[in-house]
Amino acid sequence: MNSDNSTGSADNYPFQQYCPARRRPVTINFLCLLLLIVPILLLPSCDSILPSAPASEDVLAEPVEDLSPEQLALHISGDIEFARVFGAADGLGPVFVAASCESCHVGDGKGHPLTTLTRFGRLADGVWDPMPDFGGPQLQQRAIDGFAPEMIPAHATGVTRLMPPAVTGLGYLELVPDETLLALADPDDADGDGISGVAQYVDPPDYFQPQPGSIPIDGRYIGRFGKKAGAIDLLQQVVNAYKNDMGITSDFEIDDLFNPQAGGNTVDEVADPEVPASTVHSVVFYIRTLKVPPRRDADNPEVLAGEEVFKRINCSGCHTPVLQTGPSDIEALANVEIYPFTDLLLHDMGAELNDAYIDVGEEPGEWRTPPLWGLGLAADSQGGRMFLMHDGRAATLTEAILLHGGEAAASRAAFQALSASEQNQLLRFLESL
Amino acid sequence: MNLKHLFVAILLTVVLPSYLLRAQDDSTTTLDAAYTRPFITNIGSSSTAIGGYLEGNTNYFAEDGISEGLSMELRRFNVFLFSTIGQRIRFLAELEFEHGTEEIALETAQLDLEIDPALVLRGGIVLVPIGANNVNHDSPRWEFIERPLVATEIIPSTLSEIGFGLNGNLAFDRWVLAYDAYLLNGLQNDVILNSEGRTWLQAGKSEELLAEDNNGEPAFSAKLALRQRDYGEVGLSFYRGVYNSFEREGEAIDDARSLSIFAIDVATEIEKARIHAEFAFNAIDIPANLDELYGDAQWGGYVEVTYPILESPLFGFENASLLAGLRLERIDYNVGSFAATGRNRGDEIDALAFSLSFRPSADAVIRANYSHHWITDLLGNPSIKRAGFQFGFASYF
Repeated sequence: MNSDNSTGSADNYPFQQYCPARRRPVTINFLCLLLLIVPILLLPSCDSILPSAPASEDVLAEPVEDLSPEQLALHISGDIEFARVFGAADGLGPVFVAASCESCHVGDGKGHPLTTLTRFGRLADGVWDPMPDFGGPQLQQRAIDGFAPEMIPAHATGVTRLMPPAVTGLGYLELVPDETLLALADPDDADGDGISGVAQYVDPPDYFQPQPGSIPIDGRYIGRFGKKAGAIDLLQQVVNAYKNDMGITSDFEIDDLFNPQAGGNTVDEVADPEVPASTVHSVVFYIRTLKVPPRRDADNPEVLAGEEVFKRINCSGCHTPVLQTGPSDIEALANVEIYPFTDLLLHDMGAELNDAYIDVGEEPGEWRTPPLWGLGLAADSQGGRMFLMHDGRAATLTEAILLHGGEAAASRAAFQALSASEQNQLLRFLESL
Repeated sequence: MNLKHLFVAILLTVVLPSYLLRAQDDSTTTLDAAYTRPFITNIGSSSTAIGGYLEGNTNYFAEDGISEGLSMELRRFNVFLFSTIGQRIRFLAELEFEHGTEEIALETAQLDLEIDPALVLRGGIVLVPIGANNVNHDSPRWEFIERPLVATEIIPSTLSEIGFGLNGNLAFDRWVLAYDAYLLNGLQNDVILNSEGRTWLQAGKSEELLAEDNNGEPAFSAKLALRQRDYGEVGLSFYRGVYNSFEREGEAIDDARSLSIFAIDVATEIEKARIHAEFAFNAIDIPANLDELYGDAQWGGYVEVTYPILESPLFGFENASLLAGLRLERIDYNVGSFAATGRNRGDEIDALAFSLSFRPSADAVIRANYSHHWITDLLGNPSIKRAGFQFGFASYF
């Protein structure tokens, strides 16, 4: 050890001596040289000790195939923006739920209780009030320094919690023609199967551009995104998420959030818009061009048998297995057959899932059929376990099935009547999605 | 004109100007101030030294199968200036150019006034005495290119701040006891709600850190290091300060929130194996509504062993040596569990690194490193794996 009086501080220049001189044979010199050079030579051939990519079938965050180089570049730009974390200096808040898109949709998958959205409102004299004077309909339960977060007002009559969904494959769902959805709808249950899907019609925002083939009613368009199908297209969904989830203003929504419960227009001091339209568009493009969630073990006999059970007990009455996209400006998305297991319509799910909350004008017990694709990878983005149903209350597939009531009550009863092996086959099938 | 008036006239026109000129070293005026500075007037009698170090690396990393390829960097070019001003006054400065000229920082500019070796007054831009790496981080001293994660992510090295305080060494028999204690401006607002989306003390080093305190509440840092000449050294250090701007124009706009860092570092040698270890624990006052998303407790640590596998003249370098090293480390940005699930909050990194380094002399090193990181996100999803090779050099000059 050194014999000076210093300790390990910056005062110890120069470095203590490592190297007492001793003669070694020349061959040792070459050995040492070799030891030094080998790692350098390994650099170009080091794939075996560098982490390899996970199998494509195990991840959601990949682009669709056959994008052009320009489209791929925009997809990557959108990916970067999707992952961008906003700080207070970037305009986050002043009240917010999460600081990035990615934090709610980790790996583009389903979310976690940490970032569930809470919405509330009040039903009085048969009129639904989304309570904007109290910060409704969406609660921003977090706030930047110096600002108070929102609270659910005590006189709210309906409160719901919404688990963030996976965002893969949404570009395809956006392209399913209105005509197809209306053909699947059966509002009066004319076929008598107990299932009566209803299209959600939504007032479009100012910036909305209808797509060819849209079928509006009185200026309202079919909503297809969100747990209650409250957003017509991905642009509306993304603009709303920037504003209501992160408190980030854009060229589409220029006014900042504030907490009315704190009084005054108490917004943050970052100039608006906090992101330009080009950023929003790149994120929309990124989501549009995410691949369809991959299948695993699709040819396994147990899985195939489970798929038959799925149809036999009429899960497919709402979770429509096959849809067809319409025309698109992105060739890779146009006119292709997809397997999302949804009809994008609203269904009454029974009293147990009724949170007495109304989003647009639907009955409070109605929920849009969620796509089942990607279900088997849910746990990989939800922290190693699943949080299923609209609020994540179900920890397993079986729990989720047993929570289906209302229009799905007959299918639930049929599931309960299955033999253990058939139930297992059905679960294997769902895990393969 | 009477005699009295004559006397005043002579005084004003002859005597007083000549006196003033003598007072200004005869031939100079205030216009010569630039050239009457002591570093010029004391040429030949003062002791000033200029030095520094240079560090350059080549990096090749891959994360879950995606690599940006080979990349070369001049990571640091640091210039030191040291001067003794009289027998017991000394000045030290370090100007750092990082990644070329991407970041330029005055890392140190401190003046020491030695009352006694056991009592030195220090002021200026000082390296905060928290942990060992923060004050002992020069690249040529280490066999690993990357600093330990605990020293960059938990302790926000390099942390240098405006401040003043005391330090000193007490030596007795085979023991040395050293201490440092400073009042500082303290870390600032972006410790939370930053662009990392986590509690991250590095973000508290705002551009104004060296100019103005953001809240008027000084931070305090102190370290006690005990060294036994035969066995090694152990250091205990502490940092505490209010980080947020809780007042504006004298009006309270928020609660004052503080952060604390506790660190312990160890350096020893067993046979020829040099062992360094450092552990740090952070406690951060977080607004209740941000709990879980931003960690209120963090910790990290590392253990590193380097061993000289060859000490011999090599390639014409008389004092050459070849060393192998191993480093194990772990950090946790967000200690605790989720209230909703009872499961552990993630946001953790485990890491393993190997080094092989060649020292042609004690002050220069050529290094090859391999490191592998297992990165777990806040929710505890399957780890992201990041690994890569680095090859680089670093040398004092």
